[in-house]
Amino acid sequence: MTSLIETTEIGKTYGSVIALRDVSTVVNAGEVTCVLGDNGAGKSTLIKILAGVHQHDRGSLKVEGEEISFTSPREALDHGIATVYQDLAVVPLMSVWRNFFLGSEPTKGFGPFKVLDRKQGREVTKKALSEMGIDLRDVEQPVGTLSGGERQCVAIARAVHFGAKVLILDEPTAALGVKQAGVVLKYVARARDRGLGVVLITHNPHHAFPVGDRFLLLKRGRSLGSYDKADITIEELTRQMAGGAELDALSHELRAAEKEDVS
Amino acid sequence: MSVAAQAPPAADERISKPGLLDRLVVRPEIGSLLGAVLVFLFFSIVTEQFLSTGGVATWLDDASTLGIMAVAVSLLMIGGEFDLSAGVMTASTALVTAILSTQLGWNVWLALFVSLLFALGVGALNGWLVMRTGLPSFIVTLGSFLALQGLNLGITRLVTGTVQVSGMRTTDGYASAGFLFASTFSFGGTSFYISIVWWILFTIVASTILVRTRFGNWIFAVGGSALSSRAVGVPVMRTKIFLFMTTAFAAWLVGSINILRFTSVQANQGIGLEFQFIIAAVIGGCLLTGGFGSAVGAAIGALIFGMARQGIVYANWNSDWFQLFLGVMLLSAVLVNNALRRRAERVRR
Repeated sequence: MTSLIETTEIGKTYGSVIALRDVSTVVNAGEVTCVLGDNGAGKSTLIKILAGVHQHDRGSLKVEGEEISFTSPREALDHGIATVYQDLAVVPLMSVWRNFFLGSEPTKGFGPFKVLDRKQGREVTKKALSEMGIDLRDVEQPVGTLSGGERQCVAIARAVHFGAKVLILDEPTAALGVKQAGVVLKYVARARDRGLGVVLITHNPHHAFPVGDRFLLLKRGRSLGSYDKADITIEELTRQMAGGAELDALSHELRAAEKEDVS
Repeated sequence: MSVAAQAPPAADERISKPGLLDRLVVRPEIGSLLGAVLVFLFFSIVTEQFLSTGGVATWLDDASTLGIMAVAVSLLMIGGEFDLSAGVMTASTALVTAILSTQLGWNVWLALFVSLLFALGVGALNGWLVMRTGLPSFIVTLGSFLALQGLNLGITRLVTGTVQVSGMRTTDGYASAGFLFASTFSFGGTSFYISIVWWILFTIVASTILVRTRFGNWIFAVGGSALSSRAVGVPVMRTKIFLFMTTAFAAWLVGSINILRFTSVQANQGIGLEFQFIIAAVIGGCLLTGGFGSAVGAAIGALIFGMARQGIVYANWNSDWFQLFLGVMLLSAVLVNNALRRRAERVRR
């Protein structure tokens, strides 16, 4: 089976700044690939390349076995790669159903007299959301009145409904409370079970580990390794995330400093 | 806190069907409609001419050209941008038409066509500059406002030696073009200007596009959040440039109505009107930050303008009071809008 997305030693520089270098990983259908890393690790650069916002300038990006370099988010979308950004997922002042269909609105009528099919829009939105287990009171309410978790869920359901093969989620749980984060992760799992390949970006290993099948660790633009779930424990993941060897050195220094204070 | 997934299965019964009042309150144009009713009742009672057919024809006409512009500006504002050059554009388009037909002897229809191309070109340039540079449209169109103002005066003086162009009445095609843009029609024994029909037509078309079409959905989206819109594949640049061109088109329509009705145009005309368009749009429920508003509301905002301006005349008050009225009206509209916006953007975590 060819992977939905395969990156081989992919890299990106902005002027003289090397934002990403030599990152290799795969995204398979029905699996969750987690991208973990601290701020500035290159997570955003990686997903922007996958989403078509930026172009990579080294290495190769293969989508369903075919080498490609996206020139726009639209092109990535046309290849079935949908991205849900942390704060940019939805337009707060617009109603739920208008957000749901934004960019792919249902129309009826002919030629220049095409109008929005509002009834269908509302019904399909309600149905698609309930299929993902999201139950909204009213699809006419502005998305801004929903909670942070619900907004992420609407964006995820939208991507699933419009036939995304790959779903990229940028820090979907970052600004959420524990309970809300759990709800979002449940929808991530549901999207995975429907056969989508999911790329989950996060800096929280406790969110990544329960749903992830593969973990790509980034640090300062470089890959620290891509592990299958079987090959890594949550403790090891947390340790690597936190800086691993550096953290050991730090605690050693702290201990030494304490000793000096005592003496 | 409400977690959707844990809600009981009998989902839709959690809220009762919203009452008529609740549904009305969230409409962006409701504030302006109330305001219009109040202004209408007030001047109907205070003055005698206000409700006469002649009076109605006068304030409708006053509101019409302002209304055409306010509706176009409201679309642009919902799309998240401003156009400060809109007022001067109404003079620029009239000047182009007038100079081509009176000085070069062109047929009025041809002059109108070239003037339209000129307007669309300026609109496209405005939009392209804003999108390309990423600068606030406030600054970019302030630049084009000043540039056009200078061009209007400079070219008019170069061509005619004065600061006005007149003599439209003797040009080829004046009669037929005048019929379309500046004639009157009789209704109930009173003559009404055709500009009122243009105003209503323009409002209906703009509102239909805004609320009922895909493109309308994109207008709300690019104003509400340009980045989110781009991320889901909405052509943000194309949408915004088209909105600037729509405003320029409206300015051409108003410019044509003016030049054919008055048969002459002053080169410094239109300056300061751009704020009236914005004020009418804001009274009509448009947010200054974009993403929310109504074309019908903007038309009603212009109606309030027209009624108050003429009503004050009928009441024999000093027209100085109009500015006070305007200020109070604008402030109350912004306060109402702000409350609505907070309601819509309220975040529950």
